[in-house]
Amino acid sequence: MPKHFLHDVAIVGIYNTPQARVLEDHDSDTITVAACRGAIADAGLTPADIDGVAAGGKAAPLIYWMRNGPAWRSMNPPSIPAVLQAAAAIAAGQCHTAIVTDGMAGVYTQRRSTAPWTRPSNEFVVSYGMFTAAEFALIARRHMYLYGTTPEQLATVSATIRNNGHVHPDAIYRGRGPFTPEDILASRMVADPFHLLDCAMTSEGACAMVLTNAERAADMPQKPVWILGGSGDTYGPSYQHPPTWSFSGRSGEINGTVGRRSAQQAFGMAGITHKDVDVCEFYDPFSFEIIRQFEAFGFCQEGEGGDFVMDGRIEVGGEFPVTTDGGVMSFSHGGAAVQQLQRITRAVEQLRGNCKSQQVKGAEVAMATNGGAGALFTDVLLLGSEKAA
Amino acid sequence: MMLKPQRPGIPLPVPTIVSAPFWEGCSAGEIRYQCCNDCDAITMNPSPACSACFGPNLRWEASSGKGSVYSYTVVWRPQTPDFEVPYVPAIIEMEEGFPLMSSIVGCDVEEIEVAMLVEAVFVKMSDEITLAYFVPEGRDLPDLAV
Repeated sequence: MPKHFLHDVAIVGIYNTPQARVLEDHDSDTITVAACRGAIADAGLTPADIDGVAAGGKAAPLIYWMRNGPAWRSMNPPSIPAVLQAAAAIAAGQCHTAIVTDGMAGVYTQRRSTAPWTRPSNEFVVSYGMFTAAEFALIARRHMYLYGTTPEQLATVSATIRNNGHVHPDAIYRGRGPFTPEDILASRMVADPFHLLDCAMTSEGACAMVLTNAERAADMPQKPVWILGGSGDTYGPSYQHPPTWSFSGRSGEINGTVGRRSAQQAFGMAGITHKDVDVCEFYDPFSFEIIRQFEAFGFCQEGEGGDFVMDGRIEVGGEFPVTTDGGVMSFSHGGAAVQQLQRITRAVEQLRGNCKSQQVKGAEVAMATNGGAGALFTDVLLLGSEKAA
Repeated sequence: MMLKPQRPGIPLPVPTIVSAPFWEGCSAGEIRYQCCNDCDAITMNPSPACSACFGPNLRWEASSGKGSVYSYTVVWRPQTPDFEVPYVPAIIEMEEGFPLMSSIVGCDVEEIEVAMLVEAVFVKMSDEITLAYFVPEGRDLPDLAV
């Protein structure tokens, strides 16, 4: 098989700023700049070495503040598609070293309402009190109806991920556990079937990563983590249309398995299968989403995800450890995009082998994901400690 | 606890040039949806193109207003303080075959289940906007007085 076009692109620097429910004395710009400084330093570089920036609306300001224009930039939302876009720009020679970053602080101030990024004011959802928990609950409820998936199975996912955060020294909810599934089910209901502890938190923080080509990576201090494959799938704009499990496009594939096409493409690029994945840094906005992703990506059959997550399979030490830093439930959920990048930085830590907690021994392949069926999109990124074959 | 529609004061839709006929339909007491004059496909939510052939020749039809519950959630933490909990956002699978985002009222939370038959009722929220809610088939809109 010929090498894919991102074969020689690596992540060589990562950084997470302190994460907190509220970061005093920061706004989204200052905390994002702090993350960039950290990631550039982690890569052993200076701002002068950066000639590409992928940061959504912050890309152009960052280029100005770094004074490293003319530079390549992506104004895509900074999540997996932006990382793939930056990698493609490096592979194409449009830039040689790119930073991908996002951060938010000081945005969520009206605490009697749900966070602003959870409730877009679209005309077809706003008057029915919709926000992200309700959107994802409508997906989960349908799966429970179709396949008999149980609240206990959902709670097992929440307890597993929250226990990963419990032991992570930098997680906002470190030391809050340990949790049993019964603890999750005893928490107050937010949007049935989701209890409070089935849901993502809200917080503030920033994250950044530096990508470069193989030639430059060879001279950098960190062990490079290679792009094995990746892609992204969407069915439409998030939080405007009914989040319907069976909604389909022309292909006939349904929103309930959104991300399947991406996963197949990513595995194809990497020349591996799901059985080769050592650690699953899946996006965990709500507990059910993990069950859904295992089904969508082909780790198990449709309808079997509820059973699949039981019996320790998704714990560190199990067959497919999931979201090992505590994810958006326990590590941090800083806004619209930053927490999506953090699934990737956590995958990089796992493949460097230097996690502060819950290191998966000998991890060589990590799968990071973003999104979910409640938002009509799912993106997939496969990373490796060695280049794709 | 009898589920009721929200009171005026909640955030309301701002119709667009594409969606205005849908909201005018609600004010007239019916659910309207788009149909293609060229290929007969249904398009919903309101869109600037046919969902099957991407063509521009869309007309508006009136739904029977009847459907079944495709999925639902009982919300206890409101989107904003304007909403009274619990409320029950739901996707209704309309008889004509399209999904519609709405909310279930006129029954107790415990009565609701997937596949339950429901029908539309209409609640005026402002001079411009009337919202569609759904009640179990054969029920009346609950008394909106306190």
